[in-house]
Amino acid sequence: MTQITNAALIAACSCIGAGLAVIAGIGPGVGQGIAAGYGASAVGRNPGARGDITSTMLLGQAVAETTGLYGLVVALILLYANPMLSKFM
Amino acid sequence: MGNGAAGLAGRLLLDGGGDVDFFIHSYLEFPLFGTTVSINTTMVCTVIVCLAILVLCLILRHEIMKDYDEPNTLQNIAELLVEFLDGMVEGSMGKHAPKYRNYVEMLMIFIIFSNTSGLFGLRPPTADFATTFAMALITFFLIEYAWIRYNGIAFVKDLFEPFPIFFPVNVISEFATPVSMSLRLFGNVLSGTIMLGLWYALMPWFAKIGIPAALHGYFDLFSGAIQTYVFGMLTMTFVTDKYPD
Repeated sequence: MTQITNAALIAACSCIGAGLAVIAGIGPGVGQGIAAGYGASAVGRNPGARGDITSTMLLGQAVAETTGLYGLVVALILLYANPMLSKFM
Repeated sequence: MGNGAAGLAGRLLLDGGGDVDFFIHSYLEFPLFGTTVSINTTMVCTVIVCLAILVLCLILRHEIMKDYDEPNTLQNIAELLVEFLDGMVEGSMGKHAPKYRNYVEMLMIFIIFSNTSGLFGLRPPTADFATTFAMALITFFLIEYAWIRYNGIAFVKDLFEPFPIFFPVNVISEFATPVSMSLRLFGNVLSGTIMLGLWYALMPWFAKIGIPAALHGYFDLFSGAIQTYVFGMLTMTFVTDKYPD
C-alpha cells in the first residue's frame, strides 16, 4: 500500500470540506424561492406595482444569497488557497 | 486570492484536469519598499476596463459636442442611460440624491463594465476580492461619514439601540457591512468565472459550440447586471438609512 503523504491527506480532506461547505446553498435556495413566490403573488394581486415589487424582491434575494456565498467562499479557499497546505508541507 | 499558496493548491487539486485556468496570474514582479509588487491579471483587466469606459466617454462627448442642438442617436442613448441611472438614484435616496449621484453612478458603470468584460475574454476585475473590497470600503466610509456628519454626537446613542446590551452586536453589524457587500459581488462574479473556466477546460469540443453563449448570457450579463444593481442599491440604502429623518 502506498504511503499517504501529508499533502494528499490535506487535499482529500479539503475536498470533503469543500463539498460540505457548499451545502450552505440549501438555505439561500429555499429563501430565494420563497421571496420569488411571494413576489409573484404580489404581482398577481397588484400588477401596477410590478417594477417596485421586482426590485424589492431582487434586493431581498441578493441579501439572502450572502450566506450561501459565504459557503462558496469557504469552499474556494479550501480548494485554491488552502491555508493548511503551506503549514504542513 | 493569494498567489503562492493558491497556485500550489490549484495545481495540486486540479492536476490532471486539463488546462483549467481562472486564476490570477502575476505577469511582472518587482521589489518596492521592501515588498514585492506584482502586476497581475486583475490590474491589467482593470486598466483595460477603465480604458474602455474612457474611450466610450470620449466618443460620446465628441458626438454630443459636435452638434449640441440637434441630438443624434448616440446622444439620445447617452441621455437615456444617464436619466435611467438618475431615476434609480432619485427613487432610492430621495432628496439626498444630488450629493451621491456621481459616486453611485460611477460605481455602477464600473461594475457593469467589469462584470460583462468576461464576455470579451477578460478575467473580470470584480472576480478579485481586492477590487470588490476596495469598493465596499469606499461605501463603508461613505456610510460612516453620513452617520457622523448628519447625526453629530447622537450617532453614539444609535449604537446603544434598542438596549445598551446590543452595543457589541451593533458594532459588529457596522463592520460586517463592507465584508458582506464585497463578498456578495466577489462570490457571484467568481462563481461565473469558475463555471466558464471549468466548462472551457473540461468539456469536449462539441460542448463548446453554442452552449457557452447561454452560460455567458446567464453568468456575465444577467448575474452581472443583478449584482451591479444590488451593489448600487445597497450602497444607497445604507447611506440613506444613516440620515436622521
